Parts: sequence; structure tokens; C-alpha cells
Amino acid sequence: MATRVVMEALSPTMEEGRLVKWLKQEGDAVDAGDVLAEVETDKAVMELPARGDGVLRKVLVPAGSTVPVGQLVAVIAAAAEDISALLREPGTGKGEGAALPPPPKTAVPAPRSQQPSAAVALPPAAAGRVRASPLARRIAREHGVDLTVVRGSGPGGRIIKRDLERAPAGPAAPAVAVPSAGYEDVPLTQIRKTIARRLAESLGPVPHFFLTVEIDMERAWDAREALNALGEEPQITFNDIIVKVVAQALQQHRECNAWWQGDFIRYFRDVHIGMAVAVDQGLITPVIRHANHKSLRQIALETRDLSQRARQRRLTPGEYTGGTFSVSNLGMLGIQQFTAVINPPEAGIVAVGAITPQPVADHGTVTIRRRMRLTMSCDHRVIDGATGAKFLQTVQRMLENPLAMAW
Amino acid sequence: MPLITYRDALNQALREEMERDPSVFLMGEEVGVYQGAYKVSRGLLEAFGERRVVDTPIAELGFTGIGVGAAMVGLRPVIEFMTWNFALLAIDEVINSAAKLLYMSGGQIPIPIVFRGPGGAALQLGAQHSQAFESFYAHVPGLKVVAPATPHDAKGLLKTSIRDDNPVVFLEGEMLYNTKGEVPEGEYTIPLGQADVKREGDDVTIICHSKTVAPALKAADQLAEQLQLSAEVVDLRTIRPLDVATVLASVRKTNRCVIVEEGWPFCGVGAQVVHEIQHAAFDDLDAPIERVTGADVPMPYNKHLERATKPGPEHVIAAVKRVAYLD
Repeated sequence: MATRVVMEALSPTMEEGRLVKWLKQEGDAVDAGDVLAEVETDKAVMELPARGDGVLRKVLVPAGSTVPVGQLVAVIAAAAEDISALLREPGTGKGEGAALPPPPKTAVPAPRSQQPSAAVALPPAAAGRVRASPLARRIAREHGVDLTVVRGSGPGGRIIKRDLERAPAGPAAPAVAVPSAGYEDVPLTQIRKTIARRLAESLGPVPHFFLTVEIDMERAWDAREALNALGEEPQITFNDIIVKVVAQALQQHRECNAWWQGDFIRYFRDVHIGMAVAVDQGLITPVIRHANHKSLRQIALETRDLSQRARQRRLTPGEYTGGTFSVSNLGMLGIQQFTAVINPPEAGIVAVGAITPQPVADHGTVTIRRRMRLTMSCDHRVIDGATGAKFLQTVQRMLENPLAMAW
Repeated sequence: MPLITYRDALNQALREEMERDPSVFLMGEEVGVYQGAYKVSRGLLEAFGERRVVDTPIAELGFTGIGVGAAMVGLRPVIEFMTWNFALLAIDEVINSAAKLLYMSGGQIPIPIVFRGPGGAALQLGAQHSQAFESFYAHVPGLKVVAPATPHDAKGLLKTSIRDDNPVVFLEGEMLYNTKGEVPEGEYTIPLGQADVKREGDDVTIICHSKTVAPALKAADQLAEQLQLSAEVVDLRTIRPLDVATVLASVRKTNRCVIVEEGWPFCGVGAQVVHEIQHAAFDDLDAPIERVTGADVPMPYNKHLERATKPGPEHVIAAVKRVAYLD
């Protein structure tokens, strides 16, 4: 019997998915549980598994297209089976998708009608049920781990014991002898779950290394004052300057402007800067697209707009995905220096510290100058030490000589 | 400890029990003058005489019925089947008489009888003579079913079976008779319904009995050597009553389980064990339980096909890899 492959709800809030890449081609034999394609959801790139055995007979949606959840994207069937009726279904035509057939019973796991227990209760919006071994469920229950943020390594994405051995524990720690009023259990919000999963996906598998440079900010400081003295809106912040400089520098150092893709590295021609914005209960990284082509003023305007809407939680998925490199700034909170966690599949992120007056040795005397520390986290699979260092050197030169931005 | 064969261990058990209790007698085809088709009863006719070691005609239903009748009036018969394939002719007496009489007499008539002989496949004996019947008999309330794998277990379990007041189906193995193992000198018995951990391990439980214990242990050795996987091998020894506690304790430790048996898969012994595990240790399972069985076909006569039909270490290893998510 033919199996309809539909765009599945791969995250609890997913409404549509972008088919990043087909991992199986038409004519390939597939077994249930094989990964057919990579799908970018609102939160991450996920795997779309086969729900039946046979041959991938027809791919209906080319890589790169975005389709709503439930739409037929491919058909798995026996080699000789007639699938023409399936292909005539509504919703299979290109660009269609307003009137969708309901997700078929055979191909999509039904939402759980029974919740396993209060401790691992799924959010009501969860469309795909969590696949986990009974043991994994028990461990999760006992240790307060939210299985929706754990990625399963078993067949069909089943969460098994070994996945929990490296999973982050949730806030509901095992009940030790604590007075009953001595703590408060706060259920995870969607954003907190996503942050937890994304960061665990990063620091675990991504081999990070860190490079720190101290930059003299006297001239950037003067340049910013001079610009803002013109009285034009918007006022330029140091963050705007840093985003601009990083984008410019990445254009010269394309080897740092890349995605790790498992079996290849994707180097981007344009620079899309994700900037970490603190919001209530978490953070999100809206993306300034083509930042290398944008003026300081454009960057400043977009940053205001994106940050404001991020805090209102009104960003669309397209506005916080697809970055090629990220900037995280805690300088305004007085942090001197820190290391940031890479946002995969990006290969790097710079962590920006505060600008503070520091004593500096200058031709045999000590002078006080405004200095800033910038720490780059690199995915060593993509960026080597010297590669990252050269990029940082360019950033430093530009910030120490702001006219270079106009070069 | 003396190293003796499985056949001699059984012989010792028979001899000791016949010496101990004058109501024990042995009956079957060729058990006396010929000293048993597989020489299990060697020397017994000489030692106990023809009233206690009785040669019968080739008439399984008849002599099995005589055995059940003898048990009804207080003797302790041991009925030898030349193989369990021939015992199909007598299955009415085993199931309809032996297994039922205690119940149907309101507890007045116990049937302390042992039915014994080789079960399962040997080598190229064809479809009708290569069958493992554990699950047939284990299906029936009123019967106990024992299937020892080693000389030590064979002796201790046969002695207990003879002393048991219920009918016991005791399945030996033609290919096991010549295997040797350590058997303590002197009196010992092994309780029915007690499995034995033949090898301790932490990563996966392999459950087996009778002839499949050897391939399970071999697989465990290879798993340790090649994959650094530590397998625990649990020999059920008694199929009914089943030692669920030992099985569960092992699965709770390893979280994964492979069940091996010589018989066919459908409604096999392993199917029942799977049920017990999923029922009582559901939350301890990290993977679906796998079963390794004889192929679901009549046994082929062709040597190569026969080998492919029987469960071997390679099948066990493949199943362990599946439950350990290593394939």
C-alpha cells in the first residue's frame, strides 16, 4: 500500500516547513524510519522520516520550497504500484495549499489522546507525538526532563536511554529532601524549551573554540559622537557599528560566513547577521539580512524595529532564521567579556563586552583609553584558529579606524 | 567435580531415584535390553529387573496410557519417548488424562508421572522428526514443562521431576546427550520453576533454554569481544512454571532483551516471555524485545537449508544489535 509523505508538524508550533534538502531521490528504496528530507521548521532544521517501506516514487515539492503542514510532499509505494490517484489529490499542485486535505491517518502519527503523566504533559498544540522508549519516559518522569526538547537517536527519532544521558534536566529536579515551600516549579515555556534544545544541540555536538581580542574604541567612540551630533534619526549605537563592521569583515572573510551542513560546508556570499535579543523569559536572534550591503543607518533602523517586535514576540519565523553569523552583546549590562554559544548551523558568533576606560601601555607611558573586548566562538569544523584570528584582526582594524567601513 | 555427559547425568538421576523409591519405574521403547535408543537407560535393566525397566511395543498411545494408569494407583512412572515427535501419537493421554485427572477428580487423583525423551532437531532427520514441542505442552494447565541445557541441570531437574506429584514433560535434546559438563557427586536436586543466570552481564538480557543456551553463550562471548557489549544469559530451565522473577530482574538491569528458542515463532515460548516482560517491566524497556526462533517452516532435509533454519549465534548477535540500537 502506498504511503503518503506529508509535511509533518515537526515542532509544536510549526505551521509550515521549508524543505531544505531531499536526502532520498525518486527511485530510492526507503524503509520506515529512514530520513527522507531535512525540513526547516520555525525553530530548527529537522528530519522528515519515512512512515512506510517501499520506493520513493514521486517527489512533489522541490527543495527550497515552503509548504504548509499536512500537504503531500512525496509518495512511497511499491515499485509497480499505481499511484496516479494519489497524485491527483488536491493540494499536490504547485503553489496550492489553501484548501488542504486533513492529515491522513496512515501517514501521520495521531496526536496523543492520553497524556502520559502530568510531569511530561505535552503542550496541547503538540501535533507530533513524542516517540520515546518506555524506559526513556520513566527516566524523563523521574528527572523532570521534557522529552519534547530531546532529540531521539533511535529508529524514527525514538528517544532512548542514551539520548537522556546527555539531555538537559528540566527545572523539576528529582524530589530531594526539600521543604515543600522551598522551591517553585515553573513549567517550561515554548521559547525556553526551544532555547534549551538549541543550545544543547550546539554546545554538545559543535566543537567550539574561542578567540578574544581587545579593541581600542577611541576613534569609534568619536565617530559615533560626531555622527549622532548631526541630529539625524536614528541615533547610532555601538551595537549598530559592530554589526556593520562584522558584516563588512565577513564579506572579506567568507570562510567565517558559513553553515556546517554535515557532509558539506555552505559558504554564503551575503552576510545575514543574527543578533541576540533578550526578551521576556529568553532570547531570540532576529536576522539583519544582507547586512554587508546595508548602511549604518539602515542597520540601525532595522535593529530598532526587529528588537522591538522581538520583545513583543511578533517576529515571523522568516525574521529569526537563516542567519549566517551572529552577534551577542552584553556590554550594556557591564559584562567585560564572555563566550557565546554558536547558533547552528552557523559557524561563528562574536560576544561583545562593555567599552571601559583601561590603562594601556603607549610608547613607554601608561594612558587611559576606551577599550572593548570581543570574543569569537568558532565551530572548529568550519573555522580554524588562524582563519578566525584573521577575521577578528579585520574587525579590530575597522573599529580602530572607522573610515575603513567606507572602504 | 566429575565431567560427565548429559546422557550419563540423566542415567544417574534415574538410577538414584529408582534406588531411593521403589515406586519409580521406567517404561518405553527399547529402554531395557537395548538400554535406550540414546543409551540413557544403560545398565538399568540389569540393576532393577524387568518389572521396573519395561520394554514396550511400538505403541505410544498404549504405553503412555498404561503409565498414566500406573500413576493413578500410586506408582511413579517415567515414560521414555524415543523422541517427542513420536509422542504426538500419545498426546491424548498426556493432555486429556495426565494433565486433567487431578482437577477432574476434585484433587483426589494426583498423576506423578514424567514423560521424557529428546525434542527438537538433530541433524537431517527431516520435517517430521525435527520439532521442538515446548510450547505445545506449556500451553496446557496441569502440566509442568522442563527443558535442561546442561548435564548438571539435567540430573538435578530430572530427580525433582520424578519426585513431583504432577505430570512433568521433560524435554531433552539428541544433540545434547553427548555434551559434557560438571556434575557434583552425590545427592542434589534443582527446584522446578527456577531459571539460572548462565552468564552475568549489564547491557542486554538473552533468554534461552535447552539447546539454545549454547548459541546464546557463544553470541555473548562474541558480543563482549567484538562490541564490548556485556550480555546476561538467562537459561529458563523450566518453561512452566516460568521463573518470571529472574527474567524481570535481569531485564530491569539491562533494559533490553532478546529471547531465543528452537521452536517456531508463532505462539512460541518467547511470545509468553515477551508478554510477562512488557506487562511487569514496561517502564524498564529501552527497545522492543526481539525474538530469535527456528524459521517458520517445516524443517528442510537439505543440510544447508537445515542450518539456515536453526537459530545460531549469528542470529542472536543480529538481534542484540537491534535492541542495543547498534545496527
